[in-house]
Amino acid sequence: MTAADVLLIGLGAVAVGSGVLVVTTRHLVRAGLWLVVTLAAVAGAYLVLGAELVAWVQILLYVGAVVVLLLFAVMLTRAPIGASDDLDRPRWPGLLIGGGAGLGLAALFVAAYGATKVRRPPTGTAERLGEQIFSAWVLPFEVVGVLLLAALVGAIVVSRPDIGAGR
Amino acid sequence: MHPVIAYVTAALLVGLGVYGILARRNAILVLMAVELLLNGVNLVLVTADATVKATYPATGQAFALFVIVLAAAEIGVGLAIVLQLYRMRRSIAVDEVPLERVQ
Repeated sequence: MTAADVLLIGLGAVAVGSGVLVVTTRHLVRAGLWLVVTLAAVAGAYLVLGAELVAWVQILLYVGAVVVLLLFAVMLTRAPIGASDDLDRPRWPGLLIGGGAGLGLAALFVAAYGATKVRRPPTGTAERLGEQIFSAWVLPFEVVGVLLLAALVGAIVVSRPDIGAGR
Repeated sequence: MHPVIAYVTAALLVGLGVYGILARRNAILVLMAVELLLNGVNLVLVTADATVKATYPATGQAFALFVIVLAAAEIGVGLAIVLQLYRMRRSIAVDEVPLERVQ
């Protein structure tokens, strides 16, 4: 039981606990704010696992951009601020499949890695990761650029009523 | 360091994401659940990077960065569709979306 283990257990408990609140709370805005807690805890776990750049990208992109977009959407759809009762469908299919998927995967990982112990990896700096992205993964990197452009154009076409679906 | 802790956390996040996608009616909450699921996937990738020896160094972290970028693109297009749905039908409940062709 090293310090890294304790940190991982704590951050994992925070991530899973606030994740439960994201999918069960009856307040739309609070779901977004609990999502911030989950994403921040996962970013902390990335730091413990030595993925420094991924952790900061997670904070910048997820907490900074994605959650803000989600909260904007909550407000643009005139969601009520208080609790709403019509946010959920019957729970049992989700409980069955979600619980099965989560617990099944957890059991698989415990069976595969339950006894594995590794040395804590050295903190991966942006330099090491950047070298890899621009040498081994440069083609996927370029393709992702094209995909982002396509997503941008698609979002504009969908949301403009004069050229998109609302015509 | 026991990587199984991070792996189990990631598996539980994936389970929560699947539950949220299936159980939520509000389309924005479904998108939030998708984010949870993708975070579980990313945690698996980063943990595998620390655990398993790959051909190239830092492969899992590079994949995690790609998944984060794809999630950003997904949330942009997804929210555009949700807002358009709200503009057309004044409701973003996913079980009220008409599956036949809208005239």
